[in-house]
Amino acid sequence: MTAVPDAKPMIEIRDVHKYYGDYHALRGINAVINAGEFFSLLGPSGCGKTTLLRTIAGFEDISSGAILIDGKDMHEVPANRRPTNMVFQSYAIFPHLTVEQNVGFGLRKDPRSPAEKAKAVAEALAMVGLTGFGTRAAHALSGGQRQRVALARALILKPKVLLLDEPLSALDKKMRETMQEELIKLQRQVGITFILVTHDQEEALVMSDRIAVMFEGEIAQLDDPETLYRRPNSRRVAEFIGVMNFVPGKVLSETAGRIELDVQGLGRCQIAPAQAPAGGRATGEISVGFRPETLTILYEGQAASDRECMGTIAEVVYFGDMTYYDVKLDGVDRPVRLSMRNVPGRPVLDLGVRTRIAWSPGALVLFR
Amino acid sequence: MKFPWLRVYSWLYLVFLFAPVFLLPLFAFNAGTVIAFPLQGFSLKWFAALLDNESLHEAVRNSLTIAITVSVVSTTLGIFAARAATRYDFRGKGPMIGLIMLPLVMPEVILAVALLVVFLQIALPLGMLAIILGHILVCTPFCIAILNGAFLSLDKSLEEAAYDLGETRISTFRLIILPLVMPGIISSLLIAFIISLDEFIMAFFVGGTTVTLPIYIFSQLRFPAGLPVIMALGTILVCLSILLLSIAEYVRRRGVARTGAKDTGGFL
Repeated sequence: MTAVPDAKPMIEIRDVHKYYGDYHALRGINAVINAGEFFSLLGPSGCGKTTLLRTIAGFEDISSGAILIDGKDMHEVPANRRPTNMVFQSYAIFPHLTVEQNVGFGLRKDPRSPAEKAKAVAEALAMVGLTGFGTRAAHALSGGQRQRVALARALILKPKVLLLDEPLSALDKKMRETMQEELIKLQRQVGITFILVTHDQEEALVMSDRIAVMFEGEIAQLDDPETLYRRPNSRRVAEFIGVMNFVPGKVLSETAGRIELDVQGLGRCQIAPAQAPAGGRATGEISVGFRPETLTILYEGQAASDRECMGTIAEVVYFGDMTYYDVKLDGVDRPVRLSMRNVPGRPVLDLGVRTRIAWSPGALVLFR
Repeated sequence: MKFPWLRVYSWLYLVFLFAPVFLLPLFAFNAGTVIAFPLQGFSLKWFAALLDNESLHEAVRNSLTIAITVSVVSTTLGIFAARAATRYDFRGKGPMIGLIMLPLVMPEVILAVALLVVFLQIALPLGMLAIILGHILVCTPFCIAILNGAFLSLDKSLEEAAYDLGETRISTFRLIILPLVMPGIISSLLIAFIISLDEFIMAFFVGGTTVTLPIYIFSQLRFPAGLPVIMALGTILVCLSILLLSIAEYVRRRGVARTGAKDTGGFL
């Protein structure tokens, strides 16, 4: 999951700003994307993630700053001469050409012989699982097949970087999950740096080595998926990625190795400094976050491994493999969300049931 | 049962629309010189008369030369304008497109008079070239209207994809855009051709001594004896129009089927 320590940088983005007239679309983006990395740009619509991708591709000029690909400044290098290729959101399959002609489109000026090119096309089609589809009309393909043609068409040119602009958003849920796994395998197989733009946090978590979460033209946090999920550095990131409960609390004391908190309803506890990823030191009113799966309902005869509190079930949402509960914890103003895996011996609880709940200070995240 | 108003209306409408067209072949094959019932018997002599009428042949030659030139030039101009209007944003785009489209709603006789004055001022000789210029003015707005639709339905990322795959702006236009807007281009060529072919006012004003087909037909109406020949000519023109339209529609439908686009309706 984590980046290789000796990875060499493939793309360097240095203080990039982009204005559309008065609109400040990118506000000082800095990032280094390593060779062979699966990197995601994640954020809500209008956060600038697609704009950033398009500046890397060369479709948009940057207002200031620099973008380096493989050590070379891309200033003044047009999109058709950059070592990048793009998979478009609409796939942009040429509708008047066959699958083969689409995939081989970028080889037009390639000096190789027609036979060698045909072989390259066949290999590219095999790589995306479309062997035998070569002579089909491109417009007669399904969404998933178009996606594969778009991938083969981009990868046949062996770019240094493959840019993917929301490539899975047009697919249905099942197909999307299949394609996610295939994309990961494909990326490992070809070893090319992938940069994915997505608004789907789950997709980003599943696929990426590292993720840059963007809001309003800025990178809010750039980390590997696990760090991003477990230690979001702001409430905004925490709310965008998965579900996070927030309860008010107070910092009682803070030393180099320990922060002592008083959390509403949960009481006093100590956490490690790493659990306050936003950094900085503050005493007084703060908010404390924890994920739904870090709370556990205790059934008859079970004991908490760490800490325990009481609550009343306020809402039950059954998902088949999981059940989500909204629980009114004693002493906490607003209900918190809790998730339990449905396994034998764990009946789904009814509304209004009083229950014991286990929690752990180690799972808390402090937001200042 | 209720009186079928809608059906009666539809039939009356069709009769009103096409009865004159059906009269053309009726009198074209009629042996009598007078255009009146009862018919005098079958004859091909009016068609034979078309064959050795040198002034008619000249008019047809003139009209075809003008119509072909006009359709090609107007469509080319239309491609530039439609491309600019659909892809680029620039200052004064709205007013500019509006001005280009203005001849569409301006009385043609006003345009023709204005153009005549301009041509006389700049000492451009009246004749073939003047008619061509006038017809381009009349036809280009129609071409832009048709081509705008074709360019609007083009996904911008197709161009970007081709550019991203190493093509230049120009080769992208040739390899991707042109084939995809081809049905629109054919429609545009055809419309401009037909408008130019039967345009009368402009040709009459700025044509000088150059005679086009509509002007020739108009001039023949003064001689009742020439009327059956005009009927024969009209019959041929109607058949040609139907043939031309069918070919264009066939090409358009094939284009639509080939790209898998949704058929948004053509002429037929």
